[in-house]
Amino acid sequence: MDLTYGPEYNAFRAEVKAFVAANIDEQPKPGDGPRSPAVRAWQAKLIANGYHSRTIPEAYGGYGAEPDIIRSRIIAEEFSAAQMNTGFSGQGISMLTPVLLELGTEAQKQQFIRKTIHGELIWCQGYSEPGAGSDLASLTTKAELDGDEWVINGQKIWTSTAQISDWIFCLVRTEPEAPKHLGISFLLFEMNTPGIEVRPLVDMTGAANFNEVFFTDVRVPKDQIVGQRGQGWQVANAILGHERGSLAPPDAAMSRLNGVIRLMQQETIGGERAIDNPVFRDRLMRLQGRVMAMQYNDMRLLSARINKNQDTKLAGMVVKLIGTELRHEIECLGIDVLGEIGLSYGDNPYLRGNGSWQYQYMYFLGLIIGGGTSQIQKNIISERGLGMPKEPKLAASGA
Amino acid sequence: MEFGLSQEQVLLQDSITRYLKDQVPLDKVRAVAEDPGLDQSVWHGLTELGLAGLIIPEAHGGVGLGLLEAVVVGETLGYHVTPGPFLSTAVIAPSLLIAAGQTDRLADIAAGRYRVGVALSEAVGARLDAGMTVSDGRLTGKALFALDASADAYIVNGPNRQLYWVDAKDPGFTRALLTTIDKTRTLCELKLDQVDATLLTDDPAVLQAGLDAGRIVQASDSLGAAQCMLDQAVAYAGQREQFNRVIASFQAVKHLCAEMASQLEPCRALIWYGGHALSEGDGSARLTVCHAKAHLSEVAQFVARTSTEVHGGMGFTDLVGLHYWFKRIGANRQLLGSPEGLREEAARIQMLVA
Repeated sequence: MDLTYGPEYNAFRAEVKAFVAANIDEQPKPGDGPRSPAVRAWQAKLIANGYHSRTIPEAYGGYGAEPDIIRSRIIAEEFSAAQMNTGFSGQGISMLTPVLLELGTEAQKQQFIRKTIHGELIWCQGYSEPGAGSDLASLTTKAELDGDEWVINGQKIWTSTAQISDWIFCLVRTEPEAPKHLGISFLLFEMNTPGIEVRPLVDMTGAANFNEVFFTDVRVPKDQIVGQRGQGWQVANAILGHERGSLAPPDAAMSRLNGVIRLMQQETIGGERAIDNPVFRDRLMRLQGRVMAMQYNDMRLLSARINKNQDTKLAGMVVKLIGTELRHEIECLGIDVLGEIGLSYGDNPYLRGNGSWQYQYMYFLGLIIGGGTSQIQKNIISERGLGMPKEPKLAASGA
Repeated sequence: MEFGLSQEQVLLQDSITRYLKDQVPLDKVRAVAEDPGLDQSVWHGLTELGLAGLIIPEAHGGVGLGLLEAVVVGETLGYHVTPGPFLSTAVIAPSLLIAAGQTDRLADIAAGRYRVGVALSEAVGARLDAGMTVSDGRLTGKALFALDASADAYIVNGPNRQLYWVDAKDPGFTRALLTTIDKTRTLCELKLDQVDATLLTDDPAVLQAGLDAGRIVQASDSLGAAQCMLDQAVAYAGQREQFNRVIASFQAVKHLCAEMASQLEPCRALIWYGGHALSEGDGSARLTVCHAKAHLSEVAQFVARTSTEVHGGMGFTDLVGLHYWFKRIGANRQLLGSPEGLREEAARIQMLVA
């Protein structure tokens, strides 16, 4: 056990701290939209200083540093401690850019990466369909080659940011005769292409966090494909695992739990502070112990990325399952502490935390389902983590 | 930065695992359960591996390792439901003596010449009329659920969290085995009548150091026991067939196993950190230890129940012997502080209790 980052990193941390101190007042304001000059300028500044797109080659608009997990961690720690804006996120940056770096053509890297990381191109992800959720590989949106163009017909769902996106990276079926995992291709196309219709999907929070996207004879140039025809499933899976753990980071859960502690110290029930109620206090402490375990688990995972001899396969697989359910319970405690006040939502004079307790309680139920449901996670953990056999497949009907 | 076990710690775990598989299989555990006195033969073997002096400094004849190593050993002993007094003699008693600066008895403990029990239940949460009074250096009273019914001496919690050393050969000393569900470690009731007692310390921090060490190692014992129950469930489900297929291929069974694994696996890092932080004297150690013991009590209890269910009717029988792990986990939950008590202590440490 050596929990220090080592003296060689002290100078780097000091450098990050100095940047944060000098720039904290320069960061974008909460109301600045994703396309505002302030947000774009901030993004450019972060990249120029190595605080965003740190390891992306300079040739593609990144900072071009060697991968160094500890330096990345220090940046994250210092930005988080100062509540400093960390720049653009989104699926173009977190999912498409790594795919292009690994599997894209030189022309695709040149065309997309610089603009994507600078926030000039906003992307959405077209994977799930009404009939293809947990069984994603059964997707039926089809693309047929007609001369030099793909012609796309079908429907996607759960497409976040579709209404503001410039481009979409999309899984489509191009080889209908092939086995389902081998008949999919990974296409890129503009969202303003004729034949695309975006309909907001209002969810239980009252917001439209997702959309439905309909494709009717959408014509896309033939070369806007990543990888070969029929390899789209492998292309997408090169990065899907990356999404899961990041949905419920334990440090964010602990920060939220600390919010519950403050709430319990402020709110009173019959004149008694909620924190003085032993039943609520026990629930709070039980959650704190569970979050603490996930934080140390996270340190173990970080360590395993540095020290390649550590086996943390199972420790990594459980993060999405445990993290999302834990977060849902933390928000639930916040609501329960508030009692009837906790029902407040929207325009209500007694609203607490800008309505975030109820919003997050519902939102995290969405995350328990999204990104691979808890049940799919349990299949993965039992099969790939514990080596248990797959459920036998039903004989295909009519085959 | 390295968050994990060192190569030496893994080797330590491997060598003890090999020894236990070979020398203390389940049949031996069953034999000790029938005759508690046989635990001395098991303990004798473990002392030859150096476990009695694991955390005792080399200057006093020990191995000089830290609590993280004690955690690693504790997990291994829990995995194999190994009988014997490791927790009391090799962890809590030396921790108390070292913290109290009373080092003259350490060499005998390290050499395995002495089993030292601990009677600390009254400091954690006294039940019934248990308690001690002291006059003229003599202890009188009752201590319940003292760890180790075969010890040569005991460290006893006295008034005001003072700690005393009493010898089991003292004419005023009597004890009675308290039979419990867990036959792998023994508990007893001490009755002291004007027993000649040596005051070890009147500093309550010493008691705390002993409790912290005992709690983290006991949590690791539960981690090991629960891990073994999970492994047994996965193995059993992989060979038991119903409806013409192994039951491990049913999602209902797989999901139970996945739930056990996903709750248990993060506990490993929590326990390691607790042992490491105690060894380093880190300020966050006590909070982590309270949470580690409380959380492991809950997770291990869930695993104990769920693994038994995965085994179906066989899990309920004595044939498979799964109940030894179930009961070990059950005992760990109550000893040295219940999860409810430890969570309240965690809140107190953070000054959240008015």
